[in-house]
Amino acid sequence: MTKDEHFEWLLWLADDALILAQRLSEWCGHAPVLEEDIALSNIALDLIGQSRAFYAHAGQLEGLGRDEDQLAFFRTDRDFRNLLLVEQPNGDFGDTIARQFFFDQFALLRFTHLAQQSFDTEVAAIATKALKEVRYHAAHSAEWMIRLGDGTEESHQRIQESVNRLWEYTGECFEPNSFQTAAEKANVLPHAESAHKEWLATITSILSQATLSVPNGTWMQKGGRQGGHSEHLSYILAEMQVLPRTYPDAQW
Amino acid sequence: MNQSSSDWPLWEVFVRSRQGLSHKHVGSLHAADAGMAISNARDVYTRRQEGVSIWVLPADAISASSPADKDILFDPANDKVYRHASFYDLPDEVKNM
Repeated sequence: MTKDEHFEWLLWLADDALILAQRLSEWCGHAPVLEEDIALSNIALDLIGQSRAFYAHAGQLEGLGRDEDQLAFFRTDRDFRNLLLVEQPNGDFGDTIARQFFFDQFALLRFTHLAQQSFDTEVAAIATKALKEVRYHAAHSAEWMIRLGDGTEESHQRIQESVNRLWEYTGECFEPNSFQTAAEKANVLPHAESAHKEWLATITSILSQATLSVPNGTWMQKGGRQGGHSEHLSYILAEMQVLPRTYPDAQW
Repeated sequence: MNQSSSDWPLWEVFVRSRQGLSHKHVGSLHAADAGMAISNARDVYTRRQEGVSIWVLPADAISASSPADKDILFDPANDKVYRHASFYDLPDEVKNM
């Protein structure tokens, strides 16, 4: 694997975590109940911690003197490599939970593999630590899927709509592309096709517990890994980056 | 916060901060059931490394003494100094008495 390829998939890890964290933090002070407000903020903070570790590592690997802040705050939307899934708007609570559910189950597979690989031991160490957080996130979102799906008539209908709406963004998690192939060859990322199957089996089992149906659509959105994002990302970045871009040397 | 939080029952949360200590009441929260209560307690009360174990119980399962009974319940103990275990020299090794 070349250094460019290595740097690239480190950005996948970091950007997925950072953009989802930024989205989740929009709930702070607005969640349906106080307890859930804090839970979502906790998850956001876990994800920010993960992204920092991956950015710092990516910056060192790149060797151009970019630190985690520069990678987070001084790149434009075309440079971001996150999944389209994580930049989708929060919508209602069900949309946020469905998005989180799809992502958490994907992250669980990814981090389990990352923790065991030996190509990049720094990433293995970060993943081992993050895995505890990701397991909690996955339990939290799965629990909510079941509660909402198997809840009232309204909650069932609305969470099913969220699942259907976000379904087309799930394929990108397992998209075969040249970087993915390089990472698979180095055995650093799980094999896309088999991970997809494993993911689908878990998703199907939890959705069936939640009395929800798995959408059968096969057309999937893509582009995030190549820097082709939905319009949402620019707004996220504008809000997230405005301060460091306006005052580049600002100290906390 | 809106209607749904008042639909959920109230739970009292007890956290044990270290092995060897007892669970201590830290506050209360709303949750739909015991599982959610533990999960919420984890998020609300242990996010700064406060605990190693959590108990939750429905607030309505607690029977409390009435403030009006304060005199008959607690005053009699106040004037019997000889019942207090405060006349012993404690060895330094006993940390949590």
